[in-house]
Amino acid sequence: MSTSTSSSGRGGRFVRRIADRLHHTETATGDVWDAIQLARHQDRPYPLDYIARLMPEFEELHGDRLKGDDPAIVAGIGRYHGAPLAVIGQQKGRDAQDRAYRNFGMSSPEGYRKGMRLMDMCERLNIPLVTLIDTPGAFPGADAEERGQGGAIARSMMMMLRLPVPTVAVVIGEGSSGGALALGVADRVVMLENATYSVISPEGASAILWRDAGKAKLAAAAFKPTAANCYRWGVADAVVPEPEGGAHVEYDEAARLLDGYLSRTIRELQALPHTERRRQRRERFRRLGAVREVTGT
Amino acid sequence: MSRRPISVSIDRLRGKRPDAGTARRLPGDERSCPRCQSHFRADEIDRNCYVCAVCDYHFPMTARQRLDHLADDGTWQEIAGELRASDPLRFVDLQPYTERVRSAEAKGATEAITSASLAIQGQPCVVAAMDFGFLGGSMGSVVGERFARAAEEAVAQGVPLISITASGGARMQEGVLALMQMAKTIVALDELGDAGLPFVMVLAHPTTGGVWASFASLGDVTYAEPGALIAFSGPRVIEQTTREKLPADFGMAERQLEHGHVDAVVDRRELPARLGRLLAIFARPAHDEAQSLASQLAQNGSERAARVAQALPGLSRRLRGRPGAEDLNPHPADDA
Ligand SMILES: [Zn+2]
Repeated sequence: MSTSTSSSGRGGRFVRRIADRLHHTETATGDVWDAIQLARHQDRPYPLDYIARLMPEFEELHGDRLKGDDPAIVAGIGRYHGAPLAVIGQQKGRDAQDRAYRNFGMSSPEGYRKGMRLMDMCERLNIPLVTLIDTPGAFPGADAEERGQGGAIARSMMMMLRLPVPTVAVVIGEGSSGGALALGVADRVVMLENATYSVISPEGASAILWRDAGKAKLAAAAFKPTAANCYRWGVADAVVPEPEGGAHVEYDEAARLLDGYLSRTIRELQALPHTERRRQRRERFRRLGAVREVTGT
Repeated sequence: MSRRPISVSIDRLRGKRPDAGTARRLPGDERSCPRCQSHFRADEIDRNCYVCAVCDYHFPMTARQRLDHLADDGTWQEIAGELRASDPLRFVDLQPYTERVRSAEAKGATEAITSASLAIQGQPCVVAAMDFGFLGGSMGSVVGERFARAAEEAVAQGVPLISITASGGARMQEGVLALMQMAKTIVALDELGDAGLPFVMVLAHPTTGGVWASFASLGDVTYAEPGALIAFSGPRVIEQTTREKLPADFGMAERQLEHGHVDAVVDRRELPARLGRLLAIFARPAHDEAQSLASQLAQNGSERAARVAQALPGLSRRLRGRPGAEDLNPHPADDA
């Protein structure tokens, strides 16, 4: 397990917490539900909170140069440890008005296209990219469909896969469905300690699989979408610790812990030739899955 | 219960577009058209490519029926047919996932996609055809892996890849590993593109969720069957989330054509001829292929050149054998 702790006391507690979770494969229902509540805590830091702490010099960019601007995705470029870094993040709102403005973190095709516009710049100018994932899913709307929601997600994945520059995807809150994976095809995929990553939100699964909106807890227990499990499945390459009690307790400390991981990882990735980075990135996603082979068919 | 597709994020019943698989089965060998109620014998319907001879309604087809209809002489060689679903999460919703898989397998198909090498009107290609009847055509690890193997076989043979989709999206019972199959299909298409080979999509009813939001959206040429629902979010999810009232033709192939998301709506009976013609257009004369290899070698450095070389059928077998099982280890998570 890769961690980025620097102070041994905190680090020791974190390693024990994670080791504990890793050793209990069949995570209790309550634990999974607690993690989901933390991942969605209304005071949890969002991309702009991390950006403000990691790169005080930051220029936010707006619009997909085609149709509009999606407030559910923030994108821009900033100064990070003495060099430029591009960031694409899924942004939720904190109060009622802001939540509506950010469309509850549900991204639209314009958001993914704004991201692709930034990826194109990263490629031309050789700037590394960090994505911050936190969404209940891509926005389900008839107009989003007409403007190509499915194709935008697919193309965003393809473009990330092909980028010659170092890329790191961080699941900072809830990563749900293709709306999250659209920004997740990176050299390294990491999750904050209390983040979740899943094929669908527990509420969505409850309605579809249990045919009952009230079975979200049951669905959460069945999916076990915690960072520790995603690490075990190979979906996450590392788990980044949060302050005791969760990232919302201490923003500065949460940002410092993420900074430790990010700065080291970007340096490591930059040491590889870009062809090798792309080869490893392909290989990483090519091998994920679980199948059986039968003989004699 | 076991006959109902599960795990899909789509589709309520609507008058104009009946759900796949609900066509009423009559006693004996007859089936009735859910749109116009005409009755047909099984052999009549098979001869008409599973299209209603009266109203042109396109019945759902299994992957095997698709391949039988498309392939010259009805002959095709399956790729990666030995792969079966596993249960990484030991998932139970209203029924254990393993039971759902068993009852789906009992109906004949081994998974929701079948990949095969074949020729269409003399044009060699690889086809990955989906089957909505197998757990709603949902994409789990086997679907992702069989799609990737299909693309890799196309690269090895230097032939185009065609996929026919009918899917409700990701297979939820495989959790986040099912989600990751979206990325796996993108990797496969990236390799295909690097080899300079075309990818042709045929969108059948329905193509939704994670399948539409991954490989199904990335065809170099994209056909859709008449009346197919094509959407990321299904109508029910949209109406529940946004309280929008959707038009009756929401997401339908004809509307997707208007909005610029598909190239043509093609009647299934014309599909072999259309695909054959398209593959013939894409085909390169042999001397041209050698020339393009030379120029790619010159321009693009070794990684890309190696892929291009692999794409040439004769050359590829000489340069490199098929990848053996020992150097492919695609399933580290299968520790069950
Ligand atoms: Zn009819």
